[in-house]
Amino acid sequence: MDEKLYRKRVRTNRIGLALSMLAMALGLFVLLWILFVLFKNGFQALDFNMFFHSTPAPGSEGGGLANAIVGSLMLVGFSTLVSTPIGILAGIYLAEYGDTSKTAEVTRFMTDIMLSAPSIVLGLFVYAILVAQVKHFSGWAGMLALSLIAIPVVLRTTENMLRLVPGSLREAAFALGAPRWKVATMVTLRAAKSGVVTGVLLALARISGETAPLLFTALNNQFFSFNMNGPMSNLPVVIFQFALSPYDNWIRLAWGGALLITLTVLVLNILARVFFREKISS
Amino acid sequence: MNTTSANSGILDQGLMNKTPADNSMAEQWRLDVVRKQRMQDFLFHKLTLSFSLIVLVSLVGILISLMVVAWPAFKKFGIEFIWRVEWDIINEEFGAAIAIFGTLASATIAVLIAVPLSFGIALFLTENCPVWLRRPLGTAIELLAAVPSIIYGMFGLFVFAPLFAEYGQPALQSTLGQMPVIGPLFGGAMNGIGILAAGLILAFMILPFIAAVMRDVFEIVPSILRESAYGVGCTTWEVVRYIVLPYTQQGVIGGIMLGLGRALGETMAVTFVIGNSQRLSASLFSPGSSIASTLANEFGEADDFHLSTLFALGFLLFVITFIVLAIAKILIIRTERAKGLKT
Amino acid sequence: MNITSQIKERVMTESTEPAHKTAIQIRNLNFYYGKFQGLKDINLDIVEHMVTAFIGPSGCGKSTLLRALNRMYSLYPGQRAEGEINFYGQNILDPKQDLNLLRARIGMVFQKPTPFPMSIYDNIAFGVRLYENLSKGEMDERVEWALTKTALWNEAKDKLNQSGLALSGGQQQRLCIARSVAVKPAVILLDEPTSALDPISTAKIEELVHELKSEYTVAIVTHNMQQAARVSDFTAYMYLGEMVEYGQTDRLFIKPQKQATEDYITGRFG
Repeated sequence: MDEKLYRKRVRTNRIGLALSMLAMALGLFVLLWILFVLFKNGFQALDFNMFFHSTPAPGSEGGGLANAIVGSLMLVGFSTLVSTPIGILAGIYLAEYGDTSKTAEVTRFMTDIMLSAPSIVLGLFVYAILVAQVKHFSGWAGMLALSLIAIPVVLRTTENMLRLVPGSLREAAFALGAPRWKVATMVTLRAAKSGVVTGVLLALARISGETAPLLFTALNNQFFSFNMNGPMSNLPVVIFQFALSPYDNWIRLAWGGALLITLTVLVLNILARVFFREKISS
Repeated sequence: MNTTSANSGILDQGLMNKTPADNSMAEQWRLDVVRKQRMQDFLFHKLTLSFSLIVLVSLVGILISLMVVAWPAFKKFGIEFIWRVEWDIINEEFGAAIAIFGTLASATIAVLIAVPLSFGIALFLTENCPVWLRRPLGTAIELLAAVPSIIYGMFGLFVFAPLFAEYGQPALQSTLGQMPVIGPLFGGAMNGIGILAAGLILAFMILPFIAAVMRDVFEIVPSILRESAYGVGCTTWEVVRYIVLPYTQQGVIGGIMLGLGRALGETMAVTFVIGNSQRLSASLFSPGSSIASTLANEFGEADDFHLSTLFALGFLLFVITFIVLAIAKILIIRTERAKGLKT
Repeated sequence: MNITSQIKERVMTESTEPAHKTAIQIRNLNFYYGKFQGLKDINLDIVEHMVTAFIGPSGCGKSTLLRALNRMYSLYPGQRAEGEINFYGQNILDPKQDLNLLRARIGMVFQKPTPFPMSIYDNIAFGVRLYENLSKGEMDERVEWALTKTALWNEAKDKLNQSGLALSGGQQQRLCIARSVAVKPAVILLDEPTSALDPISTAKIEELVHELKSEYTVAIVTHNMQQAARVSDFTAYMYLGEMVEYGQTDRLFIKPQKQATEDYITGRFG
């Protein structure tokens, strides 16, 4: 055996593996750093005021994020209400009826692309078809944009989960004379329930943090408002405006909002995983 | 035969035979149920079908609506809009080149940095990591993907930029900045923001996506192939380099393009650190603009024609990312199909 | 006609009728998976209130034949059947045949137990609710009746609201049979119902099959010859998509008419 050659190979291997470990460490380090910074700066803003006062006017002191929090809850809430049934039913179509049709294949392909498509373009789209037509920004437009982001997520997860249900379960339901729609909803969907819920949670997490599409649709509102027909305050856009401003209290509130959003997103993600894993093992 | 209308003559006779058992498919109450079921099935099919078409309809809608609003800009500047270096709001002279350059440059930098890191992470997770650590570490990387981009933007502006200005950029300028051809790329004022900074932040944003795809395709490699390689005495590195990578080649490239697609379209992470200047410069340290950042910054104050130009930029962005993502998807499908796993 | 004549007529027809009618008459049945022919010119009568077993080596087409009887293959494009299958005189291969209705009259139990993700009660009630509108009391009765018929009532009566998945394998399979029985079909098809079960559960189910035949017509596919010999009245031996021999079980096993049948039964082959 050629000693030198062998040693060189071993060395290369060691370097390669060391580098890979380094890459992993770097990735973890950045994640932890971001979270650390977020918590450090965000905690300073977390006080009673933040939850009960509305966003302050430029130059004025104090203030909170109450209107933005409520606005975000409404926007995300309505979007989820709309996109969940649409996404699930569309996923049922692709899984139960769509095996053979070319349209289904194309839909799957396009849906996957939509998953990674720039969300700012969706904001432009909703602006063009809705906001520009009625000549004002609105919570409904924001909800529409967020739904367009959430539907592909729910759709793909639902379809994938439904496909995991064994065909024998479907056949057993058909064998009793059940019509197709009952097999799809009362048996197959039920069997895939936990996976579908995971998909909804992940979609929720995704749209909670989206900023760009809201810039052109719901925009922002300085005051407290429940009116979805007008511009709606929301956390991401407020963070965007406040962070890039020269005002200290605005920047502080931006960190607070950033912390809120990140906590929500992380909790939803972890919930989704834990929930799904539990159901799988039971 | 078994339809609900009047053809039950033959079947009625069958019922009159009073046999101990029969097919009993003709009783009226059963036929009523059947008719209701057929209607329900029909409606359900149409309902789910129409919902599934929403995605296709929106895609087409996006293309059409963007083009319609952007039309005045395209009409005025023609195809040259794409490479025109100009952004004069007051005189209404616009060109997409500055924004396109910013988009492409920051995305390219992001991919160049993210790919080796993702590869390292995927390698670690599939070959080197103790099994009990695999799930938590994998989840940690996925959480990186879950963090909203606006958080990356804030982190970039408030934490990363000052550090970059104080340590990173001087280091780069004094080393790479002194070299012949690439020197000017690292010249100029060092304030921590700019195209390079944006690229760096983007790199960590897209890192988890590329790593996830790579890890998934690495796991598709049949263990028998790996084992045979180990069996002839290959080191782990050699197994990955000579067996795993060639086998998953298309999927890896697909993953890279997926990351590229996301980097091209990213708004918030970029807008915070790219500097938002509508000028083209040779140095990566200088502020610039991407298509998304231009849209985010200028939308609020844009009048009709300006708006049309912004939509033109948006249209271009959509087309570019669509093509990149489509290629990525095709490559990934091909790799999965090779193992018999269709997406 | 008045009552007396009706009664007379019935007594006359019953006494002159053959002891058992044909429930399903299969004539010139050919089956194709795409270009591959899975069944070749099958001709067979399935007698009502009897157990008919289908045996043969893997791939001989016995499951294919069973699944043609309730048109389960219609779920999959590319699979088609030609010929006639007459279910009490009605050709169920007719394209106009409503499949859901058919399957409510010809039930099927599969090899792998497939309880629905619902409570035991709902598992049974699911099929019944499809076609009948029963009150809560009537449904309770039906569920109890079905579970009693499959010898599951005592084990399940305190767990009716628990998930069907909480039962053991053998119990789950009996649940699936109870599910089929509950809708009171004319025919029950069993596709290798015990191959996934332990010997004790298998014995219980074989007992069950024997009891079922007083009210239902049973067709069972099994790769276990001894099982066929134990439970069935008629047996069909199939090979490579063809019906090699069909006749009364006792006669087929003791004195088969074809050499091929004898080879299979004695284990010389298969």
